[in-house]
Amino acid sequence: MAKEVKLLGFWTSPYVYRVEWALKLKGVDYEYLEEDIFNKSTRLLELNPIHKKVPVLVHDKKVILESHVILEYIDETWEQNPLLPKDPRERAMARFWAKYGDEKLLSAWKATWLKGEEKAKAVEESIEALEKIEEELKEKKYFEGEGIGYLDLALGWIAYWLPVMEKVGSMQLLKEEKFPAITSWISKFLSHPVIKDKLPPWDELVVYFDEKREARYNSYYPKQREN
Amino acid sequence: MAEEVKLLKTWSSLFGLRIVWALKLKGIQFDSIDEDLTNKSPLLLQYNPVYKKVPVLVHNGKSISESLVIIEYIDETWKQNPLLSQDPYEKAMARFWAKFGDDKVLSSIWSVFINQGKEQEEALQVAMENLKLLEENLKGKKFFGGEKIGFLDLALGWLANLICVLEELSDIKIIDKERFPLLLGWMQEFSQAPLINESWPPREKLLTKFQIMRENQSL
Repeated sequence: MAKEVKLLGFWTSPYVYRVEWALKLKGVDYEYLEEDIFNKSTRLLELNPIHKKVPVLVHDKKVILESHVILEYIDETWEQNPLLPKDPRERAMARFWAKYGDEKLLSAWKATWLKGEEKAKAVEESIEALEKIEEELKEKKYFEGEGIGYLDLALGWIAYWLPVMEKVGSMQLLKEEKFPAITSWISKFLSHPVIKDKLPPWDELVVYFDEKREARYNSYYPKQREN
Repeated sequence: MAEEVKLLKTWSSLFGLRIVWALKLKGIQFDSIDEDLTNKSPLLLQYNPVYKKVPVLVHNGKSISESLVIIEYIDETWKQNPLLSQDPYEKAMARFWAKFGDDKVLSSIWSVFINQGKEQEEALQVAMENLKLLEENLKGKKFFGGEKIGFLDLALGWLANLICVLEELSDIKIIDKERFPLLLGWMQEFSQAPLINESWPPREKLLTKFQIMRENQSL
């Protein structure tokens, strides 16, 4: 029998993983379909003709796009183990920080392939962002308190993809002494039973992002004529 | 219990306008503070330390920023006249298209406005493709929210006013009757709806402001 929930994804994407984590936390049965985003299938192009991207959630023939939108859809459709808090202000804070986080993910990524002053600026911007996030986390076990929730999933890239970016970008952003709350949260997050079983393979991920970094670097700084 | 609701915005802010509409549609009393972004007030810096931008909603001393996040906060805090559907899929669609409006439609229309010649033509093609998707969204509906104004109407509401200003200044028709009959119909219904129509910033002031912005872009 065909599963009523399908998720189209790509094995390196933090946006896809946050959706998988949500489905697993809710105990929702789903079929995962790996997409080759460099050779997009008819299936992907039909389901997401607008952005042609993953993740795409298909539930009972309904198609939902954009990872934050998908997370909220999942939370509202399957009400067990709520991901978002009930209080409107806390929900607003979670949504605000999730949006902020995704902007800063792109900044951190940029920092990996930039050089010189541009790199230094991007690194500084990323560190400032982490400082704000550290402040937001403070003494909480997870971002929303005692249990793992929406914002932990949305910021989950910090726990696993950021260290990959630090490695391929030869930079250190997350110094333990400077970010004790985030460091502690990373350790809890990565050892959570659902998360630890659903992470991309580290070595392959590093290779993948290193290749991407190099490609971006080469296209951004085209080779100068030799003097 | 007396509620204290303050809205920090600017006189012309499109995103601030969304919040004015949301508060008015819910019948919420609020104080409006127009900021001078070249000289940001201590209040703004205190209430939005992360981005230092408007709009910011302050409710009983607690601040919320990012306009779409604010609208959802308003909808969840004051339950009368709901702006979002209860159905998770309908909500997801409204949220998706609101983000599409902000990420793609706004920037593509702005590109048409600030460019000239070939670049403008290319920008126009992209803008039209984006607008076509919105046109399809309106099939069989009076508003994006259905029979009544909803979240997505507020999110896209800037179109109903700004388009006329930009078209006049750039002498280019972006939303024409043949290609976008539904969108034009919506623009009219929305801009003249009670509570919406009384909130538009003064047209002459907007024309001047955007003319200056256009000139600065081409320098």
